Amino acid sequence: MDCGKKCPKCQRAIFTKQLDQYMTCPSCDYGFRISASDRLGWLVDDFKPFDTELVSQDPLNFPGYQAKLARLRQVTGLNDSVATGLATIDDVQFNLGIMDPTFIMGSLGTITGEKITRLFEDATANRRAVVLFTASGGARMQEGIMSLMQMAKVSNAIAKHSQAGLLYIVVLTDPTTGGVTASFAMQGDIILAEPHALVGFAGRRVIEQTMHEKKLRMICKPPKMCWLTALLIRL
Amino acid sequence: MCNLTAAEIVKAARSEDKITGLEMIQAIFPDFFELHGDRVGHDDPAIVGGLATLNGQAVTVITTDRGESISERVAKHFGSPEPGGYRKALRLAENAAKFKRPVIMLVNTAGAFPGTSAEEGGQGQAIAENLLKLSQLPTPIITIIYGEGGSGGALALACGDQVWMLENSTYSVLSPEGFASILWKDSSRADDAAEVMKMTPQALLAQGVIEGVIPESSDHNVTIENVKTVLVRELANLQALDETTMLNQRQARYRKF
Repeated sequence: MDCGKKCPKCQRAIFTKQLDQYMTCPSCDYGFRISASDRLGWLVDDFKPFDTELVSQDPLNFPGYQAKLARLRQVTGLNDSVATGLATIDDVQFNLGIMDPTFIMGSLGTITGEKITRLFEDATANRRAVVLFTASGGARMQEGIMSLMQMAKVSNAIAKHSQAGLLYIVVLTDPTTGGVTASFAMQGDIILAEPHALVGFAGRRVIEQTMHEKKLRMICKPPKMCWLTALLIRL
Repeated sequence: MCNLTAAEIVKAARSEDKITGLEMIQAIFPDFFELHGDRVGHDDPAIVGGLATLNGQAVTVITTDRGESISERVAKHFGSPEPGGYRKALRLAENAAKFKRPVIMLVNTAGAFPGTSAEEGGQGQAIAENLLKLSQLPTPIITIIYGEGGSGGALALACGDQVWMLENSTYSVLSPEGFASILWKDSSRADDAAEVMKMTPQALLAQGVIEGVIPESSDHNVTIENVKTVLVRELANLQALDETTMLNQRQARYRKF
């Protein structure tokens, strides 16, 4: 029985057979959240993955975190929330990263940051462009301050890549928020976005908790998360 | 140094008696001359920056400010900068680099302002721009966290050569309330979260996130002397390096994480 799904943006009911491999809503073009491996399947002709052996050191020794990572490694086939590697489309070679929203919401952990940093370092050394598909709820809470430090680490690698005169293209996919928006998602030479992708800095729960009770009273209610709908260019 | 728990340090960092950035500026940089605006349309009062001298040397000083009166605090979003605040800081730091002036950042913020206006103004982009550009400026940049170092909003002013913290201050990926809320669905467990998050100066020093901890006193004049001593000494150390060495060290500082 084909129950189909509902588009979370335009609310239209969609039969599964109406969704092709690109997983876009036939009514409003919204790009559904898809795994890195699904995207990789139709995006490139060839892909040689980098750094698939790196595993998080669990810097906070956070209870249950190692087990969660182990389970997700099984499910997604990724060692953390981003797939990186050398990609080929026709005869064009470039370094490609695809963040996976099914891996702890694409959050920015130490291994995510390390893989993206190495992706840029390799691109700088081999004078290649970088294309990065972002999808992230933001920092990886379970890794504490080390997650935050990834924003600075990746930004430094991007600065070096940029200083070498090399091209960096970002493709924002739904959702791209928090520390990823506040670093490498906004540092591209060209920034594209999938239709209706949620792109922003702060989420509602973070707003409520970060701004503390007294401030919430001052502004009466938490500000709504802002929906910036996307500039659209098809690759 | 006294042995406070992480939760006690969180409370001390947010205390009403906390030393302010403006107090430090007044005492350490009495000739401070404020410069305003990001030159693209905003002058965020949560960021106060300008020119001053330290031991006869020109420097650029930038601080977050929470304000004193209620109206000031509302205008400054209780010390949470708008995108224009980060753009002002970057503008002033870039100008400092042009004239080889060292940059001193004083940070106490719960985080970047997360309201609708900030989103529409490109809060994520403003922070990203600071991380990309401040980190490459060829002049010494020292940050002192003197209260809360809240996430990307603090990191955007703490991506230079050195980061120091007052002993009763914190630096974390989000507030302990937010951490408890998101990971345990229970914000009342903030005290437990503060412990788990390794967000105290000593815990951050052990993780290599900061260069050192500055002793604090209930007598602000003592704290100010301690801050000044660190600034004078560490600026001299950084200025003794040639530019390439300094930038390579800065790059290595972040590459290790």
